[in-house]
Amino acid sequence: MPKISIEDLKRIKEEQIGKMVLRGGRYRAKVTVHMGTCGIAAGARDVMTLFRELIAEKEMQDVILTNSGCAGLCAKEPMITVEVIDSAPVKYVLVDREKAKKIFEEHVIGGHVVEDYALAIGSETMAV
Amino acid sequence: MCASPYYRMQIMMCAGTGCIASGSLDVKNALERELAKRNLQNEVQIVMTGCNGFCAMGPLVVIYPDGIFYNQVKPEHAPVIVEEHILKGRVVEKLLFKDETVKGRVPLMKDIGFFGLQRLIVLRNRGLIDAENIDEYIARDGYSALAKAITEMTPEQVIEEVKKSGLRGRGGGGFPTGLKWEECRRYDNFPKYTICNGDEGDPGAFMDRSVMEGDPHSVLEGMAISGYAIGAEQGYIYVRAEYPLAIQRLQKAIEDARSYGLLGENILDKGFDFDIAIAPGAGAFVCGESTALMYSIEGKRGMPRIKPPRSAEAGLWNQPTNLNNVETFANLNPIILNGADWFASIGTENSKGTKVFALTGAVINVGLVEVPMGTSLKTLIFDIGGGIPKKRKFKSAQIGGPSGGCIPLGMEDVQIDYESLQGVGAMMGSGGVVVMDEATCMVDTARFFTNFSVDESCGKCTPCREGLKVMFDKLTDIVEGRGQEGDVEFLIELGHHINNTSHCGLGKSAANPVLSTIRYFRNEYDAHIRDKRCPALVCPDLIDFEVIEEKCKMCGMCFKNCPSDAIVWEKKKVAWIDRSKCTKCRTCIMNCKFGAIR
Repeated sequence: MPKISIEDLKRIKEEQIGKMVLRGGRYRAKVTVHMGTCGIAAGARDVMTLFRELIAEKEMQDVILTNSGCAGLCAKEPMITVEVIDSAPVKYVLVDREKAKKIFEEHVIGGHVVEDYALAIGSETMAV
Repeated sequence: MCASPYYRMQIMMCAGTGCIASGSLDVKNALERELAKRNLQNEVQIVMTGCNGFCAMGPLVVIYPDGIFYNQVKPEHAPVIVEEHILKGRVVEKLLFKDETVKGRVPLMKDIGFFGLQRLIVLRNRGLIDAENIDEYIARDGYSALAKAITEMTPEQVIEEVKKSGLRGRGGGGFPTGLKWEECRRYDNFPKYTICNGDEGDPGAFMDRSVMEGDPHSVLEGMAISGYAIGAEQGYIYVRAEYPLAIQRLQKAIEDARSYGLLGENILDKGFDFDIAIAPGAGAFVCGESTALMYSIEGKRGMPRIKPPRSAEAGLWNQPTNLNNVETFANLNPIILNGADWFASIGTENSKGTKVFALTGAVINVGLVEVPMGTSLKTLIFDIGGGIPKKRKFKSAQIGGPSGGCIPLGMEDVQIDYESLQGVGAMMGSGGVVVMDEATCMVDTARFFTNFSVDESCGKCTPCREGLKVMFDKLTDIVEGRGQEGDVEFLIELGHHINNTSHCGLGKSAANPVLSTIRYFRNEYDAHIRDKRCPALVCPDLIDFEVIEEKCKMCGMCFKNCPSDAIVWEKKKVAWIDRSKCTKCRTCIMNCKFGAIR
């Protein structure tokens, strides 16, 4: 490893913070893929993998991808919830790879809700 | 695709000595196998962290992003964690912490009393970083304080900041760190040295070990800052050889810091040279004393010498030397970054900041805790420690190790700071807290600590070398039933002599465990001496080993547990003890729920 300067110290810090964002650091957006048995059967695994690839491709260090259990609306799986910081969570239903890509581009990156695919604003644990 | 895989989850696996001992490496291997089985190894990362603190409940696993806290995880739990939590996003209920006070399971660390009431400065990175990854330390503001000190501050300004912060030595004495540095800076005699005292030796203490193992760079950074402040280019970490993991992690940290140029010549290209070497000690307690420690590094026999000259003037190899404790050094990064005023706003009038304690003994949540100075002992033991197990009653807390004293029931409201503890006859010490319940005999406890000091006395001064031995023999007489009227007075007189006429800090405080137990538990000494009775039923020679008929519930627990078949019992009949077979092992006493054996 080469000797570092103060600028390098800052750069290492910024890069590394991105890798540690999951541990309660600051994040800008969070994508939750619902992965109950129903979700997995309907293809949630595929959606999850796609999001991982997209995040890695764009090197987005401020986006958290996580999973949770069945949201209750098994008929509309796969479902995902997108939370962009400072705005309410949005639930998307019947997500496939195409829809996921669009949601990622427009909502996760752009901050605009893709209304065509959205079910509702809010999450299953709290009514907004 | 970018070079490193994107991890959607991180499993923080505690790899402190406590959790490793309870099997965390096996759990890690099992989790790795399960992840690989499901092809999740590029999706989920396992990070080995330093001591998380909640050692009683180890092995510990925290899974982010949600921060779900699992305790007592075994290798056979790996499949359910991967299947349920990682694959399906469902929390594994049965592995959550069980809170006895609310009778429920608690998923988040911050909601567990043990963690919620702590304030982390020294342990700021615990459980959050990989102890062996310098980049993760840097991400948590690591080495920013060193950078700030050597670019924006003069050595005098650094010293002024540390003085203003009110930081005092965390090794026990409580001497103001800034003053120590200031004195050392004054001498124009080069080379100078700065030393980290990692010779943690108090029974029950493991604070420094956890810091060195869990966040080694925080110690290195603090040492480099002190080197800059006093004008030293070489530092030594004196750490006992019984801490192999600490030595290993410190060694790796030093090498990583060197390769980044954060140690060595011309640090960060700012013209400051500083390097650190590890000096392993053989584990003699007296080598925690500053002058003995320096002799030990020089390769000489570790024995304290007369001061003056103080080490700041003529220490290691007779050169000006600064010596601070591990925890003191770990405080420096936040002080330099956040400023003296921030640090001074935490704690009490004369004791600033926080203190790390190793909580052990008869307490439910055994572990490592960091609280602001001024926190009451009661909060420490009951709110954070979870109280006393087996529904027993609190009796006393021993603070400060073999130099400290006991704080009895009724005084548990005492504030934890340097002066308050001294006021009640204990001392801050390095931070070992041994909690004792009603089944502890205080004479026996005093004897234990005295025995420790007898073993560890270096032998230089007669009062410590001979006096402690006499003290120990007298205590042995008392617990074995040969105590006589006047023994307590003799112990008090001898204790004062030892404390007043020994030369180093160890001898000067070696009688404290005896003096403080006499002060608060004189009645127990009297019971041993006059009535030949041990009220806590600990000292075997003073126990009758007979069944109190009125109290016996005829349950047969004594009978079932006696290893030498000395109990005679039949269903629905009071038990009795056959003295000819009894070996006085106390198993029956420990198993009787009704206190029916005396």
